Amino acid sequence: MGAQLRVYKRRIRSVTATKKITKAMEMIAASRVVKAQRKVAASTPYATELTRAVTAVSTGANDKHPLTTEVENPTRAAVLLLTSDRGLAGAFNSNAIKSAEQLTEKLQAEGKQVDSYIVGRRGIAHYNFRERKIAGEWTGFTDEPSYADAKAVAGPLIEAIEKDTAEGGVDELHIVYTEFVSMMTQNAVESRLLPLSLDEVAEEAGTKDEIRPLYDFEPSGQDVLDALLPRYVESRIYNALLQSAASKHAATRRAMKSATDNAGELINNLSRLANAARQAEITQEISEIVGGSAALSDATAGSDK
Amino acid sequence: MAAELHVELVAADRQVWSGEATLVVARTTSGDIGVMPGHQPLLGVLESGPVTIRTTSEVGTIVAAVHGGFISFADNKLSLLAETVEMADEIDVQRAERALERAKSEADAAAERRADVRLRAVAAR
Repeated sequence: MGAQLRVYKRRIRSVTATKKITKAMEMIAASRVVKAQRKVAASTPYATELTRAVTAVSTGANDKHPLTTEVENPTRAAVLLLTSDRGLAGAFNSNAIKSAEQLTEKLQAEGKQVDSYIVGRRGIAHYNFRERKIAGEWTGFTDEPSYADAKAVAGPLIEAIEKDTAEGGVDELHIVYTEFVSMMTQNAVESRLLPLSLDEVAEEAGTKDEIRPLYDFEPSGQDVLDALLPRYVESRIYNALLQSAASKHAATRRAMKSATDNAGELINNLSRLANAARQAEITQEISEIVGGSAALSDATAGSDK
Repeated sequence: MAAELHVELVAADRQVWSGEATLVVARTTSGDIGVMPGHQPLLGVLESGPVTIRTTSEVGTIVAAVHGGFISFADNKLSLLAETVEMADEIDVQRAERALERAKSEADAAAERRADVRLRAVAAR
């Protein structure tokens, strides 16, 4: 076999192996998207009921709470960025990071000091590489977040917001995550989580213009609010984590699908080249044989005479 | 007065049970509370404890261990929200007992209470 042909054959073999791997990753990601979507759906009843309860308290009790009061001159803000632990997901992480950076710049332009809280190894690596300060980081659960993980993330954030700004607390909490729209579309979105706007919550529950019953609070409106609001924040963060996980798997699936497609194309091109090389080799061999036998017959014809 | 109320028992990551019932007993921070159809609108904070639901179906009475959460009742609809909900028949008694002993030896008050609630939910079934 010719040297040229051998090189092509070797490259085809290696691309085929890569294609097998990306194909497998695509299929794994596809099944994980479905699982993650199911988890988002399973968490919806709790989120809906919780939102309804929050609207109920907000109309029933006019109590002030650190999680709902707007500070007049906010000076410190926290940004929670949700990325993934692993890459190979196309632009998934860089979109989220870019969005977080834009938000950070905007907040800094407003004269606020920004604390970054990051979930996922990719985001942490990005910030560490640029030697930026990270106020809090979590890793290890981005593929399949559980409620306990959301609680672990929410805990320090709620603590920070309840603290006075002078003692290192924050006035606002923003969250940047990737919203799962469909298998093909995922958008990096940012939203202000705290202080909570109760009007917005009511709008979300679809009960803004509804007449709500007068609730009896047990033990008291203030106590219920105290217990309810942190749970609400946790549930929002849980939802964001789940959506982010679903988006990551969808992005991985898409990235791996185009990798598989590209590998297929590469294999096609390489096989064409290999075929051409083989054909050239055969043609050369034939012409060598023909040339050789012609020379031979010429020689014998000469000796006969 | 309506003879039954609609109950939704919801955990953070799943809907555990939903159906019609005649009586729901749960433990709030200020004591046990029983809700029957036609109760006045109520929103309360739950403590870790067993929740008893007397259903109208053939299942009879069901008991679940609830760890923290809320009870809310309005328009004859009752929702029980909790981070973790375990139905009494899902609870592994031996495991809960082991957990209780371990929690006692490690003086982990929260874990001890959780295990205790589980065992009480099984006992109340």
